[in-house]
Amino acid sequence: MRITINDKECWANPGETILTLAEREGIKIPTLCYLKGLSPTGSCRICVVEVEGQRNLVPSCAFPVYEGMKIKTNSPKVRRARKTIIELLIANHPQDCLFCVRNGNCELQSLAAEYGVQSLRYQGERRVRKQDVASPSILRDPEKCILCGRCVRICHEVQNVGAIDIVERGFKSYITPAFNNSLNTIPCVFCGQCVVNCPVGALSEKSHEKIVWNAINDPKKHVVVQVAPAVRVALGEEFGMEPGTVVTGKIVSALRRIGFDTVFDTNFSADLTIMEEATELLGRLNNGGVLPMLTSCSPGWIKYIEHFYPDCLKNLSTCKSPHEMQGALIKSYYAEKKKINPADIFVVSIMPCTAKKYEAQRPELGEDYQDVDAVLTTRELARMIKNAGIDFNKLNDDYFDDPLGESTGAAVIFGSAGGVMEAALRTAHYTLTGREMDNIDFRPVRGLEGVKEAEININGTCLRIAAVNGLKNIDHFLDQIKDGNSSYHFIEVMACPGGCINGGGQPLPSDPEKTEKRMQAIYKIDRELPKRGSHQNESVQRLYKEFLGEPNSHKAHELLHTHYLRRDIE
Amino acid sequence: MDTKQIYEKYPANDPSILIPILQEIQETEGYLSEEEMQKVAGFTRLPVSRVYGVATFYNQFRLQPLGEYVIRVCRGTACHVKGSLDVLTTLENELGIKAGETTKDLKFSLETVACIGACSIAPVISINDEYHGHLTVKKIQKLLASFRKKTKED
Repeated sequence: MRITINDKECWANPGETILTLAEREGIKIPTLCYLKGLSPTGSCRICVVEVEGQRNLVPSCAFPVYEGMKIKTNSPKVRRARKTIIELLIANHPQDCLFCVRNGNCELQSLAAEYGVQSLRYQGERRVRKQDVASPSILRDPEKCILCGRCVRICHEVQNVGAIDIVERGFKSYITPAFNNSLNTIPCVFCGQCVVNCPVGALSEKSHEKIVWNAINDPKKHVVVQVAPAVRVALGEEFGMEPGTVVTGKIVSALRRIGFDTVFDTNFSADLTIMEEATELLGRLNNGGVLPMLTSCSPGWIKYIEHFYPDCLKNLSTCKSPHEMQGALIKSYYAEKKKINPADIFVVSIMPCTAKKYEAQRPELGEDYQDVDAVLTTRELARMIKNAGIDFNKLNDDYFDDPLGESTGAAVIFGSAGGVMEAALRTAHYTLTGREMDNIDFRPVRGLEGVKEAEININGTCLRIAAVNGLKNIDHFLDQIKDGNSSYHFIEVMACPGGCINGGGQPLPSDPEKTEKRMQAIYKIDRELPKRGSHQNESVQRLYKEFLGEPNSHKAHELLHTHYLRRDIE
Repeated sequence: MDTKQIYEKYPANDPSILIPILQEIQETEGYLSEEEMQKVAGFTRLPVSRVYGVATFYNQFRLQPLGEYVIRVCRGTACHVKGSLDVLTTLENELGIKAGETTKDLKFSLETVACIGACSIAPVISINDEYHGHLTVKKIQKLLASFRKKTKED
């Protein structure tokens, strides 16, 4: 189709929208309510353009192109309309940017600057609503909300949770869980996809920065920190680096400068998880255990199955998530080695995740002490580094501490959807055959698609596997399990679309292109490591020899495994 | 009447029946309780946040039960000229609620309507099916006192 856009002729595909065409042609149209991949609502109107023959401006995100269409994306009329929309949004906004968590990284703020909003042209009644601060993971501030509805659509259409929705109408509209409940008392899974898709400061993580600083400043506390795989390929973005820049060594340096006493790598426990989980899987396969086995590293996913499919809990691996395993070991194995009273140890996890904050305070994850005391998201770590006056870009690389610092390529790929599956297969193959896989890169489970399936033959055993990310995609598999006709042996589930690299605690806003680059960085780290199977991790082997015995031993069960709860939907 | 029969009339797991089933439940129960909205969510397989969103979007849905006596204040033109705003404010002050609300003891609900169709006796209100016209502040107080007495006697 021949189209004219800003006096330039170009070709468009039938059915596509003006916005996708403009994007391809390098023409910038601002958006607020638009979410790539989801049905457009056209509700914010910021993307309006002029189309010859149309009486009014049309929303480019929802308007399909047609033959001979003439579009102007930046006419005075369009610019005036957009500016007015921004001014009206600001009129019903707290205007406390200086004190806002999104100051400097807010889509409304940037738009106001781009469109030259330099005064408050409209003043009037403002929506007054209470904050929701009760949940362990997510803060909601409805007064800052601009009602773009991105959080609602992600929560309903991608995560299938439907925790929140727009209620009332017109000026009175706001976003809330049903009956104005708190996120804390409803089946919210705390995945934080709403947070990474919020354009303003209406949704944010519950910050643990203060309690972490307090622990660091407390001379009696031995503060141990650990870093998740997905953080090292994303944190650089907070300091102006390209998405997908690997900053592992700089993170270790920064953490030491901030004042953490010991810096461990959650990747160590990812390797350990594989040893435990692969053993558990082989046990279930050999002894007629419950199949398919479902992975258990994603706490948002765990809360989802507990609320919505409690009948399938027996399918979950009993393995704790890697950072919880690490926390348990820090307060036992490491404490013993270092002769430190575990009560004086404060464990901080740096995670790409908001649900990990909730997970850390689950009562069953810890004996006398919680395994993990505080969880910082990638964003909070960036703020702490800035607070500490550290010039991140100029840091030299440093290395994780022993004995919980060594890791293999199998561990780092936990950060990307499909990675846990691939890592488990590498070790299961080695355990069953005594040799490594012929092709260590198991590509069928890689990539950002929501569902990836494969069959793999190991020593005559044919395993049917699937890797699923984005919670909506898992229902089909869980329904099969419930009906007793699932033919799978092993299913990996990650709550967030794309896995941890696009987790709710990662640098904002969520963007498929950034996620793709973070994923490539994860596999690059894996490719370049000399050891790529968890069973090759010597520190893990030493841990078994010195402390745990063997995978799935009684002691391993006590420290590294957990149980789950049936939760009400109401 | 139980709402069970209502659910039997509709297909399960079908989100498109949301509004009709809410209407029918309200007809039977007088309002939409949290409990019923939860039930509807389970029945239609919609998140309860969506059910609540729809129920709060439309003015036709009530989320609180109506009082024993529903007072409707006419805010039509004739009544307005004859001082219906004072009538409304007096009622709001006397009952301690705003228009659209119900007293905590579930005795009185207060609503406004555009025109009752009794302009000759403006300003006018209706209490359930009775009309009371030519109202003054004093008359309203007397009227309320008599209804309060009635509810006590019940």
